[in-house]
Amino acid sequence: MTMFKRMPIGAAIGLIVTVVLLFVAIFAPWIAPYPGSRVLGGVWEPASAQYWLGTDNLGRDLLSRMIYGARITVFIAVSATALAFTLGAILGFMAAVLGGWFDTLMSRFVDLMMSIPTLIFGLVVLSVLPSTIPTLIIVMGLLDSTRVYRLSRAVAVDINVMDFVEAAKLRGEGTRWIIFREILPNALSPLVSELGLRFIYAVLFLSALSFLGLGVQPPNADWGGMVRENREGIVFGIPAALIPAGAIAALAISVNLVADWLLNRTSDLKGGRGNA
Amino acid sequence: MSKELEFLSRMVAARKLNRRDFLGRASALGASAVFANSLLIGAARAQGAQKGGDLRLGLQGGESTNSLDPALWLTQVSQNFGSTWGELLVLQSPQDGSPQPVLAESWEASDDAAEWRFKIRKGVTFHNGQDLTPEDVAQTIRRHSDEATESAALGVLRGITDISVDGDNVVFKLDSGNADLPLLLTDYHLVIQPNGGYDDPAAGIGTGPYQVEVNEPGIRHVSTKYDGYWNDDIGHVASVEVIVMNDPTARTSALQSGQVHIINRVEPRTVELLARMPGVHIESVPSKGHYIFAMHCNTAPFDNADLRMALKLAVDREQMIEQILAGHASVGNDFPINQSYALFPEGVEQRAYDPDEARHYFERSGHSGPILLRTSEVAFPGAVDAAQLFQQQAQAAGIEIQVQREPGDGYWTEVWNKQPFCASYWGGRPTQDSMYSTAYVTGADWNDTRFFDEGFDTLIREARGELDDTKRAEMYREAATKVRDDGGLILPMFNDFLDARREEVQGWVQDPNHETSNLRAATRVWLDQA
Amino acid sequence: MGAHPILTLIAQRIALGVLLLLAVSVLIFVGTEILPGDVAASILGQAATPQALENLRAQLGLNDPAYIRYFRWLGGVLTGDLGTALSNRMDIATSIWPRLKNTMFLAFWAAAVSVPLAILLGLIAVRYRNGFVDKTISGLSLSATSLPEFFIGYVLMYFFAVRLGWFPSVSTVYDTMPFLDRMRAIALPATALTLVVLAHMMRMTRAAILNVMQSAYIETAELKGLTLFEIIRKHAFPNAIAPIVNVVMLNLAYLVVGVVVIEVIFVYPGMGQYLVDHVTRRDVPVVQAVGLIFAAVYIGLNLVADIVAILANPRLRHRR
Repeated sequence: MTMFKRMPIGAAIGLIVTVVLLFVAIFAPWIAPYPGSRVLGGVWEPASAQYWLGTDNLGRDLLSRMIYGARITVFIAVSATALAFTLGAILGFMAAVLGGWFDTLMSRFVDLMMSIPTLIFGLVVLSVLPSTIPTLIIVMGLLDSTRVYRLSRAVAVDINVMDFVEAAKLRGEGTRWIIFREILPNALSPLVSELGLRFIYAVLFLSALSFLGLGVQPPNADWGGMVRENREGIVFGIPAALIPAGAIAALAISVNLVADWLLNRTSDLKGGRGNA
Repeated sequence: MSKELEFLSRMVAARKLNRRDFLGRASALGASAVFANSLLIGAARAQGAQKGGDLRLGLQGGESTNSLDPALWLTQVSQNFGSTWGELLVLQSPQDGSPQPVLAESWEASDDAAEWRFKIRKGVTFHNGQDLTPEDVAQTIRRHSDEATESAALGVLRGITDISVDGDNVVFKLDSGNADLPLLLTDYHLVIQPNGGYDDPAAGIGTGPYQVEVNEPGIRHVSTKYDGYWNDDIGHVASVEVIVMNDPTARTSALQSGQVHIINRVEPRTVELLARMPGVHIESVPSKGHYIFAMHCNTAPFDNADLRMALKLAVDREQMIEQILAGHASVGNDFPINQSYALFPEGVEQRAYDPDEARHYFERSGHSGPILLRTSEVAFPGAVDAAQLFQQQAQAAGIEIQVQREPGDGYWTEVWNKQPFCASYWGGRPTQDSMYSTAYVTGADWNDTRFFDEGFDTLIREARGELDDTKRAEMYREAATKVRDDGGLILPMFNDFLDARREEVQGWVQDPNHETSNLRAATRVWLDQA
Repeated sequence: MGAHPILTLIAQRIALGVLLLLAVSVLIFVGTEILPGDVAASILGQAATPQALENLRAQLGLNDPAYIRYFRWLGGVLTGDLGTALSNRMDIATSIWPRLKNTMFLAFWAAAVSVPLAILLGLIAVRYRNGFVDKTISGLSLSATSLPEFFIGYVLMYFFAVRLGWFPSVSTVYDTMPFLDRMRAIALPATALTLVVLAHMMRMTRAAILNVMQSAYIETAELKGLTLFEIIRKHAFPNAIAPIVNVVMLNLAYLVVGVVVIEVIFVYPGMGQYLVDHVTRRDVPVVQAVGLIFAAVYIGLNLVADIVAILANPRLRHRR
C-alpha cells in the first residue's frame, strides 16, 4: 500500500473518478433513478429535482441514461483496448526480436490493414458479420491493434539493439524471456502513454461505428452515441450533449492521470530517476 | 386561351383592368374561377417583386454523384437546382392541386380520357438559343417512358402507348382512360430538353429562368438569369447559388450567420429554437409525405390480421408527433392519403392509441416473443428514435418490440421492401390513384406491405376510369378503409415540410406539393434589398 | 554490391511499399466486390423500378467476370485513367483532382500548426515535468482529444461563426478563390483538426523523450554539464525520434483520410465526403480509386516513418 501513500493529488483524483465510474457501471440498475429507455417527459427538459440532468432528445432521463451508458462505454472500450494491446504489443515485440521474414510479413500485413480506409473496412465487415457486441469488440480491437503494433515494434526495435538485450541473447535466453523480461519493462513508458489515449479513441470510435450501424443497438447507447443523439441542441445551448461529452473528457483525463502515475511507478521499478 | 388570360391578368396587376372584368372574361374563355384567381395572385405577386440580387440556398440532399440529367434526379439539391434551369409541361397549383400550364399552354382530353392533346407554348427558347418545339416535348416524354430508360418517371408514364406531334400539339395515347394525365406530367423529372435530352442528357440546357453557370456536384451549383426567358412572373433574383449542406447544424448556422438565405429540412426539435433567432423565419407546410412502419402481410408473424391490428393500436401517434417531430406533423390513420389530396375520404374514423385493445388483439393472435423492427437513420428523420418510442408504447400493451438499427448505407436495397417489418417513408404522389398504384396494388414493384387484395385492385382500376367525382370519391373511401383495416401499413404521421428563410427573402409561396415551395423557391422569391 | 547498406535497406522498403500497394489494390477490388447491394439499385435509390435497374445494369457492363475487370482497372490506373463514375458519368480523375487538392490544403495547414505545436508542447512538458505546466498541457490536450470531432466542430462554429462572426461557418472553397479568403474559410476546420490530433503527438513526444532521458548515457551527458535543452536536442530527441515520427505519420495520414466528419460539418469539399457519397451509391470505380489513393498516402507516410527510423538509429544503420 505504500504506493498509494506517495500518490500525487492528480493521480488520486484520477483514480477516484475512475473507480467511481467503474462502480456506477457495475451497479447501474441499482443506482439509476429510472429505466434508461423509458420516455418520461418532454424533449430536452432542463435539469430539475425530478430529472437531475434534464431529459434527452426523446424525453428520457439523462442521468439514468448516463449511468447505463457508463456500463456499455467502459465495458466495450476496456475490452477492445485490452485486446488491441495484448495482440498489438506481443506481435510488435515478436517482430522486433525475431526480425527477418516474420517482421517483414507482419509489418506489411499491418500496413495493408491500415491502408484500407476504415469506412470501407467497416462496411465489408458489416456485410459479413452480425452486429453484436462481441463483433464490435473484436473489430475495434483488431483495427486498433495495428496501431499498437506499429508503435510497439518501433519502440522494441530500438531496445532490441541495446547492449543488455544483446547480452541476454548471448546468455542464451529464449524469445519469450527477451520479450517479457527485457523489452516489455523498457517499452512500458511509451506503451502506457499510448494506452490511455487508445482507450479514449476506443470510446470515440464506438460512437463513430454507431453511425455506420455497427454500434450499440438502441435503446441502449454509449456516451459517444448520446453526444451524437443530442448534437442538434449544441448550437442552441442545450446541455444534453455537453453532459456525455464532459463525461468522456473526465474519463479520458482520469484514465490518463492514472496512466501517467503508473508510468512514473514503472520508471521507479526499473531504477530510473523519474519520480519527482 | 391561356395566353390571353395571362396577358389579362398582368393588365389587372398593372391596374389597367379591374378584377371583376377580368374574372368575367376569364369565365367567358372557359377558365375556372380558381384558376383565374391563381393567375391573378401570381401576377400581383410579380408586381411587387424586386429584381436582382444573388440568392443562396443551403440544402440537404446533395452528393458528389449527382448529375444534371433530370432522369437521374433523386435528392433535393438536384431537384431544386434543376427547377432553376429546367421547366415542366404542367405544374400543380399550390392552392388546390389542380394542373397549371407551364410549357404546355392548354390541353384537352377525348371523352374516354384515353387520348390527350397538349398545346405547346410558342416563343420559348432554350439556353442554347434554339426554339422550343413540340418535337422536343415528344422526345423528352419518349426518353422518360422508353422501357430502356433509367428515369424514375418511367413508372408514372407506363400507361402511355403512343406519342406523336400534330402541329403545335403533342398527342398522347393511353392504354386506358386516365383523368389524371396532366397531373402525372408534373413529375419533377420531366424537364423538357432539346431533342428530349437524347443528345446529351446531362448538358443542363433547358428553358428555365436561369442558365447553368457552375456545376460542382456535391459542393455547389450556380445559375444566372437567362435573358431570353419568357415568363416575367418568376425568376426575380439575378443569380442562384445552391450549396450542398448535408449537416443540419451547418445549415442552421449558415442561415443564422446570413451566409445563406434559404435552408431546407430544419430539424423539427430545433424549430422553436431557430424561430427565436433574429432575422430568421420558419416556413412550415403540411405535406403528403408520411413516415411509416411497413409490415409484410404475407410473412409470419405479420400474416396474422390480429397481430397487425395489435401493432396498429399500439402506436401513440400524438406522442410520436410531439417527441419526434415537435408537433410539426399531422396524425396518420394507416392509409397513405391526407387532406392534401383531391377527393380525400372525410370522416374515416381516426385510429387511436389503445393499449388494452392492442393487448386483446395481440393475445388473440397467439403470437409470443419479441417482434423485430428494423430501422435506420435514413429511413426518415428521427426513425431510430421513433422506433424506440414505438417500442416503449407497445410495451404498455404487453407487446415486446426489438429494435434493430441497420446501417444507413444499403438500407434501401437490403432492408426496405425486403425485410418483413421496417421503418420507411413515402413522399406524396400527385393523385390518390398514383399513390395506391405505386405501392398498394398487387404486382406493384414497391408494394412494401405485400398487400394483395383483388377487390382492392379492381376498385383502384375502376376509380381511375371513373369520371364522376362523387362515385370516384366513394370508391377511394372504400379503398382507404381496406388499407386501413386489412393492410400492413402503420402510418403514425404525415410530416410537415420545414424550411427556413432569412427575412429579406420575400414572396415565399406555401406549396404542399414538395418541400422548398415545390422545389421552386429559388425562382419564386425575391430579395428585399432595402 | 558497392551500395551503402542503408541505401539497400531503403530501396528494399520502397520496393516493398510498391508491392504492398499492389496487394492493397487487389484487396480493395475484392472488398468492393463483396459489398452487398447493387450498383444499379443504389444509383436509382428507393425510386428504382426493376426495369430501370435491369437497363442500367446492362449498360454498366456489370456482367464481365471480376478478374477481367480488375486487370482492366489496374491497366487504367497505371496509365493515369481512373475510369468514369457510374453514378454521374463524370471522369473520376478530373473529379478527384480538385478535391484531393482541397484535402491536401486543409491537411497541410492543420499539420503545419499541429505538428510543431505538439512537439513544442511535448518538450515544454518534459522540461517542467509533473509540474503545473505539464499537468495543464496534458489535461487540456486530453480534453480536446476526448471530445467527438463533431462536438468540437459545432462548438467552434457556435462561438466563432454564429456568435462572433469572425469566420464563416461554411468552408466551401473553389478554384478561383483568393488565397486569403481560402485561409479564412479553412480557419475553423483546421482548428478543429488541430485540436483532434494534437494530444496524441504531444503525449508521444513527451513519453518518448522521458523514456530516453532515463538512459545511462543521458546521465553521462548531464554529468558533462550540458544544459537540459542541449541534452534533449543532442541526445534525447534523436533517439526518441522513431516513435514520435511514427505517431506523427499516423496523424498526418488521419488528416488526409479521416476527416469526413469535419468536412461534412463545415461543408468542405474534400475527399472524405466524396468517398462517402460514392460508397453509399456503390459507385465501385470511385470507391476503388479513392481507396487506392488513401492506401498510397498511408503506405507512403509509413514508408517515411520507417526510413526516418532507420536513419535516426545509429545501431540500425550499422546492423550486425
